[in-house]
Amino acid sequence: MQLKGDSLACSRGGREVFAGVDFSLSGGEALLVIGRNGAGKSSLLRVIAGLVRLAAGHLTLEGGDGDASIGEQAHYLGHQDAVKPALSVRENLEFWTRYLGGGGEIEPALDAVDLAPLANLPATYLSAGQKRRLSIARLIAVPRPLWLLDEPTSALDAPSQVRLAELMRGHLASGGMIMAAAHGPIGLEHTRELKLGPA
Amino acid sequence: MSAFTALIVRDMRLSVRVGGGALMGALFFLVVVVMMPFALGPDLALLARIGPAILWLGALLASLLALDRLFAADYDDGSLDLLMMGRLPLELAVAAKAVAHWLTTALPLVVISPVLGMMLNIELRATGTLALTLLAGTPALTFIGLIGAALSVAMRRGGLLLAVLVLPLTIPVLIFGVAAANAAIVGPVPFGPPFTILCALSLGSLVLGPFAAAAALRHGLE
Repeated sequence: MQLKGDSLACSRGGREVFAGVDFSLSGGEALLVIGRNGAGKSSLLRVIAGLVRLAAGHLTLEGGDGDASIGEQAHYLGHQDAVKPALSVRENLEFWTRYLGGGGEIEPALDAVDLAPLANLPATYLSAGQKRRLSIARLIAVPRPLWLLDEPTSALDAPSQVRLAELMRGHLASGGMIMAAAHGPIGLEHTRELKLGPA
Repeated sequence: MSAFTALIVRDMRLSVRVGGGALMGALFFLVVVVMMPFALGPDLALLARIGPAILWLGALLASLLALDRLFAADYDDGSLDLLMMGRLPLELAVAAKAVAHWLTTALPLVVISPVLGMMLNIELRATGTLALTLLAGTPALTFIGLIGAALSVAMRRGGLLLAVLVLPLTIPVLIFGVAAANAAIVGPVPFGPPFTILCALSLGSLVLGPFAAAAALRHGLE
């Protein structure tokens, strides 16, 4: 499986965010997107997720499900956690598992992010880091080959960052792909880097 | 459970829990209709004559109340992004949200309308028919409102814009809804033609609404 971007360009609000971005990402690989604030890291991830229109260039996923768009085969972990405060932790995860489809078990995914003891708590009582972990549980519960992570370590404490790195390594070991926008290390070794913006 | 029903169940759950806003429309409806006789005075004949119009207007405004949060809530917390990345076509996801919205906000209006009809001196026999016209017409209000909700999603305080966008489009529904109710209550025109057109308006918006709303969402999320 390979994700390829060929001279991608994106413009938002009439301003060109980036242009001429090339990259390729194979199964089992992680690509770290780096660059200054406003260089277009988040925009690039959103373009791949299908949430922002591609202004120019080609984006292809080889070896994927031909019937599904790239966005439908990807997980997007953005700045917002998509957690509903009125629902319990389990209900939140259950919903996304059913909605995104092809879902597996809820409990192991909650276990993976250490939220199992809080499963019945309304999500409104979660801290920012716990909400983040609940959001990450979605990536475990619903298997999808491509993970698009926008500053995945934000709001996470040190043990949780280690946990996330373990989960990411597990995903890579099973042939998955990770594309992460970050300002610092995300706990993965042997990542390649894609630098956006002026050098 | 399919993605479609999962979304309906989630939205219904959210609207009946704290801060959800189910029954808010029904309460507003109740307040408007109860205040009306005080404003108009104790003229029973007048009340019976304009009763259907009052009920329909009340239902129309009440169904607009919670509409501005329909997509804005999901937009604010990032859920809308994920809803767009599901396998379910966005048109169906949008329709599922509309169905849940109708079940939690419009259906209570239909249920309490016979009681409110009696307050407006409408015969007990006729209140059933009136509720039937609301049952047939409110899906059109919800699915037309859906388009406005999608257009104003990224806007703070989009509620007023929503009303300005949506209300003109609901005029046909109002005309035929009140016409059908009046036909049943005061006559002498037949009930069938306006009621059939009302059903057609609902069915038409059931089909068009989700497509227009999905297109608006796709365009708005750039």
